[in-house]
Amino acid sequence: MASASPIDPAFLDKDGNPLFHLAHEPHHPEGSSTMLGFWMYLMSDCLIFACLFATYAVLGANYAAGPGPRDLFDLPLVAVNTAMLLFSSITYGFAMLAMEKNRVAATQGWLAITGLFGLAFLSIELYEFAHLIHEGATPQRSGFLSAFFTLVGTHGLHVTFGIIWLVTLMVQVAKKGLIPANQRRLMCLSMFWHFLDVIWIGVFTFVYLMGMLR
Amino acid sequence: MSDAAHPKPGHDHPDAHAGAHGTMGSYMIGFGLSVILTAIPFWLVMTGFFANPQTTAIIIMAFAVVQIVVHMIYFLHMNTRSEGGWSMMALMFTLVLVVITLSGSMWVMYHLNHNMMPTMSHDMSQMP
Amino acid sequence: MSPSPASENSGIWKLIFGRLDWSSLPLHEPIVVGTFIMVMLGGLVVVAGITKYKLWGMLWNDWFTTVDHKRIGIMYMILGLIMFVRGFADAVMMRLQQAMAFNGSEGYLNAHHYDQIFTAHGVIMIFFVAMPMITGIMNYIVPLQIGARDVSFPFLNNFSFWMTTAGAVIVMMSLFVGEFARTGWLAYPPLSGIAYSPGVGVDYYIWGLQIAGIGTLLSGVNLIATIVKMRAPGMSMMKLPVFTWTSLCANVLIVAAFPVLTAVLALLSLDRYVGTAFFTNDMGGNPMMYVNLIWIWGHPEVYILILPLFGVFSEVTATFSNKRLFGYSSMVYATIVIALLSYLVWLHHFFTMGSGASVNSFFGITTMVISIPTGAKLFNWLFTMYRGRIRFDLPMMWTVAFMLTFTVGGMTGVLLAVPPADFVLHNSLFLIAHFHNVIIGGVLFGLFAAINYWWPKAFGFTLDTKWGKRSFWLWVVGFWFAFMPLYILGLMGVTRRMRVFDDPSLQIWFQIAAFGALMIAAGIACMFVQFAVSIINREKLRDTTGDPWNGRTLEWATSSPPPDYNFAFTPVIHDGDAWADMKKRGYQRPLSGYEAIHMPSNTGTGIIIAGLSVAFSVGMIWYIWWLAGLSFVGILAVAIGHTFNYKRDFYIPQDVVERTEGERTALLAAKG
Repeated sequence: MASASPIDPAFLDKDGNPLFHLAHEPHHPEGSSTMLGFWMYLMSDCLIFACLFATYAVLGANYAAGPGPRDLFDLPLVAVNTAMLLFSSITYGFAMLAMEKNRVAATQGWLAITGLFGLAFLSIELYEFAHLIHEGATPQRSGFLSAFFTLVGTHGLHVTFGIIWLVTLMVQVAKKGLIPANQRRLMCLSMFWHFLDVIWIGVFTFVYLMGMLR
Repeated sequence: MSDAAHPKPGHDHPDAHAGAHGTMGSYMIGFGLSVILTAIPFWLVMTGFFANPQTTAIIIMAFAVVQIVVHMIYFLHMNTRSEGGWSMMALMFTLVLVVITLSGSMWVMYHLNHNMMPTMSHDMSQMP
Repeated sequence: MSPSPASENSGIWKLIFGRLDWSSLPLHEPIVVGTFIMVMLGGLVVVAGITKYKLWGMLWNDWFTTVDHKRIGIMYMILGLIMFVRGFADAVMMRLQQAMAFNGSEGYLNAHHYDQIFTAHGVIMIFFVAMPMITGIMNYIVPLQIGARDVSFPFLNNFSFWMTTAGAVIVMMSLFVGEFARTGWLAYPPLSGIAYSPGVGVDYYIWGLQIAGIGTLLSGVNLIATIVKMRAPGMSMMKLPVFTWTSLCANVLIVAAFPVLTAVLALLSLDRYVGTAFFTNDMGGNPMMYVNLIWIWGHPEVYILILPLFGVFSEVTATFSNKRLFGYSSMVYATIVIALLSYLVWLHHFFTMGSGASVNSFFGITTMVISIPTGAKLFNWLFTMYRGRIRFDLPMMWTVAFMLTFTVGGMTGVLLAVPPADFVLHNSLFLIAHFHNVIIGGVLFGLFAAINYWWPKAFGFTLDTKWGKRSFWLWVVGFWFAFMPLYILGLMGVTRRMRVFDDPSLQIWFQIAAFGALMIAAGIACMFVQFAVSIINREKLRDTTGDPWNGRTLEWATSSPPPDYNFAFTPVIHDGDAWADMKKRGYQRPLSGYEAIHMPSNTGTGIIIAGLSVAFSVGMIWYIWWLAGLSFVGILAVAIGHTFNYKRDFYIPQDVVERTEGERTALLAAKG
């Protein structure tokens, strides 16, 4: 990687710096664009959710003579669910702290706990959906229910993919340790995971809590 | 090159990515605030503390906004310096678009529904 | 192309083939059968040729798996040009039908066929011609203009290309198996819902766009990160070439708009597959919400299409006027303002849907306001030309044609922005004339300018001027013949998408329009002849300097074509118009001190995942659930498997760099 011969002095300015080009390759750190690129993707995901929220806002009162929020929502259950997700956010934070101290075992441990909280969240949500469907409140029943299931379900799908990603990363950390590439990936998943918690704040406020206020 | 050139793991680029690092303290503050900001809205709705549901609605919306900001700062480490300010600019731009999409759609659809679908505003459970 | 009836397939057949059966093949449509035979024969010739000359290995190693932005850019252009032929064939068919169908004649196309043609024409031209070609030029040129070696995410770049191609394949498949949507290019429900379009057509539409949309979105992320992070030292934002600025804004729009399309099409799919009530007439659905959301995407989309070409015109005008671009800062601000305002005008596409006076007035005003920064840009181009030493090479000719044509189209746009006027003109041929006026005048003429301008950079020889000029004049004159009658017809009240007409006095206008379409066809033919003649005569047209136009931006500093690594040394930037600045300061190429260069490796993952996406889409379209499920799992498996490969780079050895640069030195010396 060393240069073969020095730069022709004609190409230097009066301070000896290259006038038109760099003599040596700048250290473009590998993956220097990754965090920004992932953030951009996350912004686009934010807009998908914005559309789903907008659809819920517009169709959310179309009960089609069927059940409405007050007939269906179980706030205590939603509170438990919210707690699961919030705990998973803090445990992921602990995982990141362990990662920065280069402690593989602690990182893996906290990641596993995060995954378990995530699974708990999904299980409760699936139980809730199953119950609603059993009661006849299916996604096909009304515009309100279509919008509800799609908004909440899309969030749940994102959590599902997050868990798959988390498991994959745990395998990769086990194989290669906390190398820079894995650290970047863990930081991206961190952004993803916290972002999902942010979306959930919107969901529990605008769907569940506001629904009960109608 | 990716691994060989960086034999020391741990962060090499403290400010090169979209998050400066949190500390145990900041995560716990964020967590604590989030718990409070979640518990209160749930409690307000479940107990029906305010007689007027509009009041409750406005308060829980405000709490939601605050909690989102808490998450952004304490969990996502959002600040004006990351990525040379591009992260914040992207977030602001996205927020503007989210507001336009939400408020624009609601405004437009309200008018369309009012003019073109007059039966929409009737809750069928109120119908005789 | 025949309608797919609710499948009468028996149990086991249905399990394996879903709703696909023999009636899905359009054997009773002679035009389609003829097309199929021609395409098959042509395809066989190509495949046989590649096999005979043993080119598969080269194709796979050097092109299909490449992560080089330059090759990916070229592949995008090839995809766009191929799909352009299909989209234009649809246009000619429509023109012929409309010119004929008077005085009791039904023309030669039945309604079933005709409705698919106008739908396919729009979908293909926007999504598989304009978007790929714009992405192609941005991909090729932006890294060179900012002094970078490649884009931020080279693998994602390859993946984006193949996903776009997959979408095109899906749409093309609908021509031969099943049918395409008959709803118009935006597929409004309830017509596009399962009740009124139970067949496969709308499903082909949905999956073609969703797959291609993933590619486009990722490409947007890629180019934003590239422009923000990979600029050469000294290139601050206000020293960016204008084409890079407009590309940045267009890619921001892509990332900001395409999620909306993804969401809306997903909701439509849920209605069709699962029976939800988003856009249905009953059960609390609201079809108007679809129109609202799709145009929140749709309007930024047209600015995505035009902004990069505005950048092309800025580069071309400055270069061929031998003058710095007038008003660089105002160009940048105008572009940013256009990008922001494009989010505040969408309702003008459905003034007549009934939102009322207050809403319509707001959007009418914002629509008129957005024409102002565009006007500012036009004045800047004119002021750049003023007192310049103008060379009317083909890129400049296309630019001048753009200025005249696009301005007319823009003016009719401002006319349509007035809600009461739009109530008369909405969905008339006036609207059709307006948007073709701006898209052809702006986007297409811009693409032709870009192709003539940057072809020498990509291939090392200029395009033949004689055939280029023939193509130009046939296009420009043909365009006016083809579309001016449509303005007149629109003002007389003729609606769009009509197949048969009762009023014989209208026929002459349609015949003039058909004549114009045939002129354009000749213009397109001349363009392909131009390519062929140029390739055949490439030695005579060879440019060895790398800078045939006396260019002003960094891409002209490299050889033509540039080496794989673009720049042997990362350039240092002192001023805008970096290459012009370097030439002025007496720049000389360094002849020593080369180092090994770090490059990303090729990969087959992109094309494999895209292929699996096609299989997934076929499964979803035809209700072949096992195929959809398996392909989906396959996509996940390949994607996850890909992430286990950490070794994705290599070094170009120092002696290879030295030899490549040495060859260029010799070439430049030989020229004199």
